[in-house]
Amino acid sequence: MTLMEVLIRDVRPFGGRDVVDIAISDGRIRDIGTGLTPVEGTHMIDAGRRICLPGLVDLHTHLREPGREDTETIETGCQAAALGGYTAVHAMANTQPVADTAGVVEQVWRRGREIGLCEVVPVGAVTVGLGGERLAELGAMAESAARVRVFSDDGICVSDPLLMRRALEYVKGFDGVVAQHAQEPRLTIGAQMNEGALSGELGLPGWPAVAEEAIIARDVLLAEHVGSRLHVCHLSTRGSVEIIRWAKDRGIDVTAEVTPHHLMLTEDLARSYDPLFKVNPPLRTMEDVEAVRAGLADGTIDIVATDHAPHAHEDKDCEWSAGAFGMLGLQTAVGVVAEAMVATGSMTWEQVADRMSIAPARIARLKDQGRPLAPGEPAHLTIIDPDAPWTVCTELLASRSRNSPYVERTLPASVWATFFHGQPTVLEGSLA
Amino acid sequence: MPVARVLDAADLTRVVGRISHEILEKSHGPNDLILLGVPRRGVPLAQRIAERMHSIEGVNVPVGSLDVTMYRDDIGLRGARPLGTTDVPLGGIDDRIVVLVDDVLFSGRTIRAALDALNDIGRPRAVRLAVLIDRGHRELPIRADHVGKNIPTSRTEDVRVHLVETDGVDEVLLGPVEEDGA
Amino acid sequence: MRHLLSASDLDRDQAVMLLDTAAELASVTDRAVKKLPTLRGRTVANLFFEDSTRTRLSFEAAAKRLSADVITFTAKGSSVSKGESLKDTALTLEAMGAQAIVLRHHASGAAQRLAESGWIEASVVNAGDGTHEHPTQALLDAFTMRQHLRGGEGDLSGLRVVIVGDILHSRVARSNVWLLRTLGAQVTLVAPPTLVPFGVESWPCAVSYDLDDVLPEADAVMMLRVQAERMTAAYFPSAHEYSRRYGLDAARASALSEHAVVLHPGPMNRGMEITADVADSPRSLVVDQVANGVSVRMAVLYHVLADPGSALGEGI
Repeated sequence: MTLMEVLIRDVRPFGGRDVVDIAISDGRIRDIGTGLTPVEGTHMIDAGRRICLPGLVDLHTHLREPGREDTETIETGCQAAALGGYTAVHAMANTQPVADTAGVVEQVWRRGREIGLCEVVPVGAVTVGLGGERLAELGAMAESAARVRVFSDDGICVSDPLLMRRALEYVKGFDGVVAQHAQEPRLTIGAQMNEGALSGELGLPGWPAVAEEAIIARDVLLAEHVGSRLHVCHLSTRGSVEIIRWAKDRGIDVTAEVTPHHLMLTEDLARSYDPLFKVNPPLRTMEDVEAVRAGLADGTIDIVATDHAPHAHEDKDCEWSAGAFGMLGLQTAVGVVAEAMVATGSMTWEQVADRMSIAPARIARLKDQGRPLAPGEPAHLTIIDPDAPWTVCTELLASRSRNSPYVERTLPASVWATFFHGQPTVLEGSLA
Repeated sequence: MPVARVLDAADLTRVVGRISHEILEKSHGPNDLILLGVPRRGVPLAQRIAERMHSIEGVNVPVGSLDVTMYRDDIGLRGARPLGTTDVPLGGIDDRIVVLVDDVLFSGRTIRAALDALNDIGRPRAVRLAVLIDRGHRELPIRADHVGKNIPTSRTEDVRVHLVETDGVDEVLLGPVEEDGA
Repeated sequence: MRHLLSASDLDRDQAVMLLDTAAELASVTDRAVKKLPTLRGRTVANLFFEDSTRTRLSFEAAAKRLSADVITFTAKGSSVSKGESLKDTALTLEAMGAQAIVLRHHASGAAQRLAESGWIEASVVNAGDGTHEHPTQALLDAFTMRQHLRGGEGDLSGLRVVIVGDILHSRVARSNVWLLRTLGAQVTLVAPPTLVPFGVESWPCAVSYDLDDVLPEADAVMMLRVQAERMTAAYFPSAHEYSRRYGLDAARASALSEHAVVLHPGPMNRGMEITADVADSPRSLVVDQVANGVSVRMAVLYHVLADPGSALGEGI
């Protein structure tokens, strides 16, 4: 049932002190103020002075459809996204078949529209089949109904410097951006976890920080040289933050993302040999966690992106080296950011809105997302209860998969409601 | 419940003497005798009996030890125990009269295990049992041939034998069961 | 001690107890009946995902000497083949009655995963997991050194042990470093810089790149197998250069003090890390190591299955 008129009472925009009402009409914000009068037929929602942010935008999600619907479908992924406060997600291209043609990206885009829980924006592969050899038809994907603007071989690094240069140059033609998964393949053959004293002790081949940093250093210089913009996926090391900071100081047009898990979890979890904690890039040291937190707080790292990566039970219920890389993240992102950044006093909710909605929308060139909370704007909203601790358990996860590293942890904040085009997709913490 | 000393050092010496005489009497002399003490305290006891026999008969009766830990029937119940030493005198036990020596006879399970252990070592002509204290509560049909003292006990009581060689003093105590039952 | 997963889990008292137990059990071979009834009616399963006839037979002999029934599963699994799932195979063996599983697997941490995942009730003995640990090897190495250099009693305080070879990929080296330190020995690792683990500075041992420098002071030298295939991954330029710089030949052996002994976990690459004449010399305790392996593994199986938390126990 489509609600034409909605009045949300008592929210605090951007977590500020002001408590206002938001009136929504036909998918847009009609009015914001105190003591708004509802028109006839208005659906009333009492938000109890909770925080209202523009709908969250995830620049990095794996929806697994087409190809691995056993682990997640676009529908279940969107459900998890909505429960996580997201009104837009970018579906990475490493599906089966790979999203390297207009046909596949349009298929994903249409499915997202059918489901209608949030905007599904397909990410196009940089190279055909993610093979790292030839550019995919980036222009065709950009011109398709899906209007792809973000291109990534995520899962795999575009390691050939010449190919990376060409990709950076080519996407300038349609204001696209290449999102690099920074991992020098020759330095990470067989890598299982962060390279350090712990990996030596545990007997697991290491994934050294330099393998990430060396690619980022190369790519920012390439971006500078060809005058293109670059986005760096899932930054995980102190050195990477320093390189981005240096690049921005130089005026290079680079943006960077960090995952919630890299804001909170460290490599010590590998001592259990439980592949629930196996991810790419790997969990790093406390020093790295502190550096990426500081980077996110001061804006060196522009956004939080979940890298939500569902995996089948048998790919995690095994020994470490047989386990798949990746963790769920959509539903727990707000809670983790609240604990790692807001509760520690490093960021305000207003800054959270920037990192999780406004900036991602800008990088992705999404014109309807990450908008101000003002009359006339599309009503994509997230209402967060900053003081509602909840314990993560598998029953609460909408994802088809169960590989969340936060199971049995209590997170301090939760998403109370999500609005997409003025319709509640989530109310009182459950799918509406 | 207080701890009572039921045997002091002098009593112990007399008891060892009587047991030594009894063993010699039953086997009509020291020939073909082998004494095997069950670790821990059975070992110094067997040693003392052998010394007493030497002063009685002027003959060296072979003495050794027989650890029965690996033959017990209670694996998994009380955790792994440190093993005692098994030292069978030269010449083995075949066709000899083996006298097992232990400090306290209780359920009889230790001695049953000892009989199994002997079975894997050889075939004695006879096996006899000499114990310092018999405290009753047998769980198997085992009896001692030579007993230093019978001390009827209840299940809430414990008999503790102390020897100079292992504990620095000779005495036998009767008291309440301690937490870490040995 | 319900499982034996890592040498680093053992404290000094536990380690010495295992060595003392092994010493007593060694004498079983001298008896008429070379068996003990301790594990009669119990089943020990050998689950070997990596080929190792030597270790497998050693565990088999140990279990049989304790009168246990033994079932053996071997898989020529490469790490790529997912057909043989660790979880499924372990569940099958437990369903067949195994109360203890001796596991050798190519994945580091496999034994710990098996023990802690909640898949099975059986006790787990790590017979070598990837490049992580091989605790019974370290125990039999310590037992052998104790036998020859410490009169077969006590710990290894003050013993100077040198371990030479591909430390980076060696579970034997890791287990030995932890256990030898626990037993009071001083360990020096010798290898080219490429074959030393990242972060080895934090390990409780010294590191040297120069073998000739450390040999004269050593009481025991443990040579590790070095695979010639490591050359292709650029760990060292040639087999020849490796054995020239790090191989134990007769000339180097003569630089050892008179009492010093040589060990090798086997199998040996004769000519690569050790020459034939040194391997067969009176200093070499390789044959003792193999014999001691059975007694040590008997001690381990006894301790693991006697634990009240084991599948045999009442549970605590």
